[in-house]
Amino acid sequence: MRITASVGDCRVAFTQTLLELAREDASIYALASDSRGSVTLGNFTKELPGQFVEIGIAEQNEIGVAAGLAAMGKKPFVCAPASFLSARSLEQIKVDVAYSRQNVKIVGVSGGISYGALGYTHHSTHDLAVMRAIAGIEVYLPCDAAQTRAMTRSLASRAGGAYVRMGRGMVPDIYQKEAPFEPGKSNLLRNGGDLTIIAAGEMVYHAMEAAKRLGEDNISACVLDMHTIKPLDEAAILKAAARTGRLVTMEEHSRYGGLGGAAAEVICGAQPVPLLILALPDEDIIPGKSAEVFAYYGLDGAGASQRIAAWMNQ
Amino acid sequence: MNTTELVRKSHEIRMALLRMIHRGKAGHTGGALSCTDILTVLYYRVLRVRPKEPGWMERDRFLLSKGHCVEGLYCILADLGFFNRAELDSFGAFGSKFIGHPTNKTPGIEMNSGALGHGLSVGVGMALSAKRDGNPARVFVVMGDGELAEGSVWEAAMAGANYNLDNLYAVIDRNGLQISGSTEQVMALESLEDKWAAFGWEVFRCDGNDIAALCDAFDRMQSSKEKPKVLIANTIKGKGVSFMENVAAWHHGVPDDNQLAQALAELESQREAFACA
Repeated sequence: MRITASVGDCRVAFTQTLLELAREDASIYALASDSRGSVTLGNFTKELPGQFVEIGIAEQNEIGVAAGLAAMGKKPFVCAPASFLSARSLEQIKVDVAYSRQNVKIVGVSGGISYGALGYTHHSTHDLAVMRAIAGIEVYLPCDAAQTRAMTRSLASRAGGAYVRMGRGMVPDIYQKEAPFEPGKSNLLRNGGDLTIIAAGEMVYHAMEAAKRLGEDNISACVLDMHTIKPLDEAAILKAAARTGRLVTMEEHSRYGGLGGAAAEVICGAQPVPLLILALPDEDIIPGKSAEVFAYYGLDGAGASQRIAAWMNQ
Repeated sequence: MNTTELVRKSHEIRMALLRMIHRGKAGHTGGALSCTDILTVLYYRVLRVRPKEPGWMERDRFLLSKGHCVEGLYCILADLGFFNRAELDSFGAFGSKFIGHPTNKTPGIEMNSGALGHGLSVGVGMALSAKRDGNPARVFVVMGDGELAEGSVWEAAMAGANYNLDNLYAVIDRNGLQISGSTEQVMALESLEDKWAAFGWEVFRCDGNDIAALCDAFDRMQSSKEKPKVLIANTIKGKGVSFMENVAAWHHGVPDDNQLAQALAELESQREAFACA
């Protein structure tokens, strides 16, 4: 697949698609916790006020209300910063959505470290770990606008609880206008024989950049877009391990319990191969824009390719 | 059901739940007994539900937010025919769907609960959905008084008033005790009327172990429009069994053989005394 030079905003792709779907399906609801601006829900609230619920700054209530709406047959999408949804309202997600088997889609925006200099209160670098440990919650990370559109359509058509994490601001397009998206089925973006880089969300772009740089050093890297963290595409991970003999994971998340941990769980018993986990350290994240933070921790194309090359040469 | 029949029914339910807790060797005895009369009046007089059609869209929704007091609810749902009464024999057994907190695997139970402070938010969502759809369903949420220390209750209270959910009814089982002692010593709640009124709710208060008073309170609540409504039902934890009443240790105490026999004898004599009166 070819990486195009254009950019897009996953939040806008999500809310535009949700509005299109909600025009046709009156059971689709959007909920916000004083977050309609940051989620870019403005058009939805103006055009479909009867399918929008403002909850105020109360994320626990936001999830509980969504579960109640779902129990009445609605298809609620809860939209708020990932940092708050994945911590403040975690018990409601566990009990009211997952355990009670309600069709609630939890859309965490401005996820990972994308709030940058606002600090650790606004970061969600733990969300994948906690969400994937809750039975009954699927976990998704779109990497660009096109994939977000496809993912949103898929989520609206699927029953059950799911958590989606996206960032804020523009990200490079990975896909053309139509992105292939099947839940639980990763996309092979680039072939290679020496190792496989598995990435999710905004890290997919940096993984592709790293692979390109590694190619210049004659290291040939596969890249897998693991847009679904749960249910994980275990078959693709095992196949990659068997075929390339080395795995690297790249994620905008704590090094504990995220994509790297998930990949390790898959390969350790069935197809053990060396695995390099490129993730955020177990500490307060340095303030800065995403690009600055990724560069600082060696998670951009340049940093990741250097770390991977050094690891390969050990 | 008339008041006399309801009183008789509440005694039956108390006896059934005590037998179930004794058999399963687990349960929240004190709270289950304090809210038995509330549940009895709701299910046999107030709620519009169809035991043979539990998915009826226009049914009233009931949420037991104080999920730990599920024993009486199980007995009532079985008595109404939501499922076979014999199924309750598995209460507390390995693999049983009748566990110590409600789950919606059981017909007649809408949502899973057990963690406190969840029910009212879910109720707000249900009531809002019904209102927007023109569905006549009403939503009733029973909470414990100790549960009111959960901040999420008050988030939901604000939302209920904000959306003017006149189809939302909260009931507080105000037995005054929680696991560590008196609610006023653990985390003072009073004045509860003022708190709920300040949050924009219409407040009712009654003796929550007096069937006639409960009937009257629910009648008044249902004839009132425009605001969400809350009933503060003053109850006695362990109500109906002398050695359990107002004893915090019976929060999740389980009667032994002798205690069960004595409790059933007391309830039986109360029922007979009422029948003769």
